[in-house]
Amino acid sequence: MEGMYFDILSEIGNIGAGNATTALAQMLNTKVDMKVPKVELLEFSQVGEAMGGEEQLMAGIYQIVEGDITGSIMFLLEEKSAITLISKLMGTPEVDNAFEFGEMEHSALKEIGNIITGSYLSSLSTLTNLKIIASIPAISIDMCGSILSVPAIEFGAVGDKMLLIQTEFSDDVKLTGFFILVPDLESYDKILSSLGM
Amino acid sequence: MSEMIKVGMADLKLCISPNAITTLGLGSCVGIAIRDPITKIGGLAHIMLPDSTKISNNQCIAKFADTGIAELVRIMVEAGASRNRLVAKIAGGAQMFALQGKSETIAVGARNAEAVVKILGEMKIPILARDTGDSYGRTVEFFPETGDFIIKAVGKDIKKI
Repeated sequence: MEGMYFDILSEIGNIGAGNATTALAQMLNTKVDMKVPKVELLEFSQVGEAMGGEEQLMAGIYQIVEGDITGSIMFLLEEKSAITLISKLMGTPEVDNAFEFGEMEHSALKEIGNIITGSYLSSLSTLTNLKIIASIPAISIDMCGSILSVPAIEFGAVGDKMLLIQTEFSDDVKLTGFFILVPDLESYDKILSSLGM
Repeated sequence: MSEMIKVGMADLKLCISPNAITTLGLGSCVGIAIRDPITKIGGLAHIMLPDSTKISNNQCIAKFADTGIAELVRIMVEAGASRNRLVAKIAGGAQMFALQGKSETIAVGARNAEAVVKILGEMKIPILARDTGDSYGRTVEFFPETGDFIIKAVGKDIKKI
């Protein structure tokens, strides 16, 4: 069962990342290419390493999911990608450290996260015909391990592994982001049955 | 030569002086460092959830405050630490995201820290120092030789408790 669930979420990840690319291209008003997302089911202890080390600075945008399914979704952006994206979007020079971002940059990153996770969720919604609503986003710029503790704890209540979807977008620069989707147990059944399984 | 032992998420390990032990990027999880000051036998646990009895999938004992602390104490005593001399220092339990009352998960950091304090109290292991709560991640290093618990956070000075 875990294998099938993994396949389904991988496929949804693929489609969602495709939609996200379109959204990102519109937002940046430039051509954006996307690599095929890498989907992994990882032990908690491996996730930090898979994302470049537990202490790496990242921007995490977190949203609660409600509607026919419940849970949460998180989009994580590598520090360097966040800096590049903010500079392009706001037309300002790149800062040295994402920790220096102010209110305005945080809002912009939240909006980027909202658009990207929105693309992902709308592909899930279309496939399953379930109503899915995401809450207002919240942001944290901190060590990767600390940010990950939040979805890990949610996964931790149901299993010992978490699903990580790594997406690489590029136009003239490369952007690396990660999705983590955490449907709760009940929603897991709903997703499967809505797909006829 | 001393070594820095690494503890992952939902993990616990023994550490005997002169070695030191670390866990990276504690967010809402809690790091519990325990030490016997005489034998200088120590250990560190990185727990994710407060209570194993509330969850059916609970085979991973290092994931929960109750079973994790009990196991850490067990392996320390087995290694020669005195059960009555054990003292603890704790860190973590942050609230990483500010989402207004949306989910129980959001407050899990505070619940984790609370559970750890309660369990250590029940086990009569004094908490000598703590750095919990707030909204930022912490990396910790524990030195069983001195009992020093070093806390590092992004954009903040290094703290020793």
